[in-house]
Amino acid sequence: MELLAFGKTGWGDELFIATLMTIAVSITAMFIGFLFALIFTPLKLSKNKFFNFIGNSYTTVIRGVPELLVIYLFFFGGSGAVMYVASIFGYNEYIEINAFITGSFAIGIISGAYSTEVFRGAIQSIDRGQFEASQVLGLKRFVYFFRVIMPQMLRLAIPNLSNVWQITLKDTSLISVTGLVEIMRQSYIAAGSTRDPLFFYSFAAVLYLLLTFLSMKLINRLEIKYSRGF
Amino acid sequence: MITSFPKLLDAAVVTLKLLSLSLFFGLFIGLLFAILRLSKNKIINKFAYGYSYVFRGTPLLVQIFIIYFGLGQIEYFRSTFLWVVFKEPYWCAIIAFALNTGAYTSEILRSAFQTIKPGFIEAGKSLGISNKIIFYKIQIPIAIRQSLPAYGNEIILMMKGTSLASTVTLMDLTGVAKYIISTTFKPIEVFIVAGGIYLFMTFIIHNLIKFLEKKYGYSQ
Repeated sequence: MELLAFGKTGWGDELFIATLMTIAVSITAMFIGFLFALIFTPLKLSKNKFFNFIGNSYTTVIRGVPELLVIYLFFFGGSGAVMYVASIFGYNEYIEINAFITGSFAIGIISGAYSTEVFRGAIQSIDRGQFEASQVLGLKRFVYFFRVIMPQMLRLAIPNLSNVWQITLKDTSLISVTGLVEIMRQSYIAAGSTRDPLFFYSFAAVLYLLLTFLSMKLINRLEIKYSRGF
Repeated sequence: MITSFPKLLDAAVVTLKLLSLSLFFGLFIGLLFAILRLSKNKIINKFAYGYSYVFRGTPLLVQIFIIYFGLGQIEYFRSTFLWVVFKEPYWCAIIAFALNTGAYTSEILRSAFQTIKPGFIEAGKSLGISNKIIFYKIQIPIAIRQSLPAYGNEIILMMKGTSLASTVTLMDLTGVAKYIISTTFKPIEVFIVAGGIYLFMTFIIHNLIKFLEKKYGYSQ
């Protein structure tokens, strides 16, 4: 227990901050994932063959390649790509991207592929009559998407999105290879300096279990809220 | 790009070995825990549920690290014969993967067992077939058929999971890819080749499962 003391003698405060970091990266990645899903879901559902191909390649490639490989691509290739783009605009200084941004982006792209599949499934399972009814009523596209389709889609998507959230949360442990100090990295550092890996990695496992358990409780509440009236 | 291809292909063989061994052991673990989950004894039931909850609720990376770095710390453990196995990163990775996929497999099989219509078992009983034969000849074949699609997904997830072996010094496909990237600084090219190999394996597994589903599937 001394090992977990707060302050200079123990690793309690460091691990607490690392846990907050894991939560922050997970939420950012999930959000970036939603943005990607917002772009790629319409592409996947599009009747245009070219758009359809782009949408399908995104989800197939990302879901077929290990997360770690994607993270390495971003970690090693990220700053190079940004510098290349910057050099087009005449900026030639060295740019180093923050590990937090690279990490959340890499996990976000992975999470986005899963979210895209969830949204696609949810939209496809909405009764066609709903689309037709909104057209008959002369609703504007914008209104009918946000007020008719979206609420129904969310209800169907939430249980599956909770799975995506779990995957995203667990995937953030992989960012530790890039040096971002989240739970896994902090445990690695603590295990290295105290020579007590068994304790610290087991403690990391407990922290992750706690996070998944608490988030499940929260999501269950959301589920109840959105399935009112059904 | 061309020079790295044979190296990556060799590494893909390591990935496949890791995958097949962990799936092999994982299937047994999964079956065992699925049976324990269905047990009416509350303690056994809770134990099996706890196992699958812990292994599905924590990242695979933590599990590998506990097994590889953590277990070696116990003095007593180092003196047992098990240490011969646990000092090798190769076997540590396989044990971690097998335990992980075992937890997911047990959930898949459990739900498959639970969806078997009671009528099948009752029909077996009324024909005077013993419980053991009902289990082996009726419940298991139906459960396997039911769980094929979900298990196919699990195989693909596990294939991606084997990439974590590179974190415990094993040179699998991802490990070699990382090594080549960090020496040549050509991340995109290497990613395309390594990612392509992974995609190809996903494609093969996907189609294999589809084929098996067609072969063993039945019209309801």
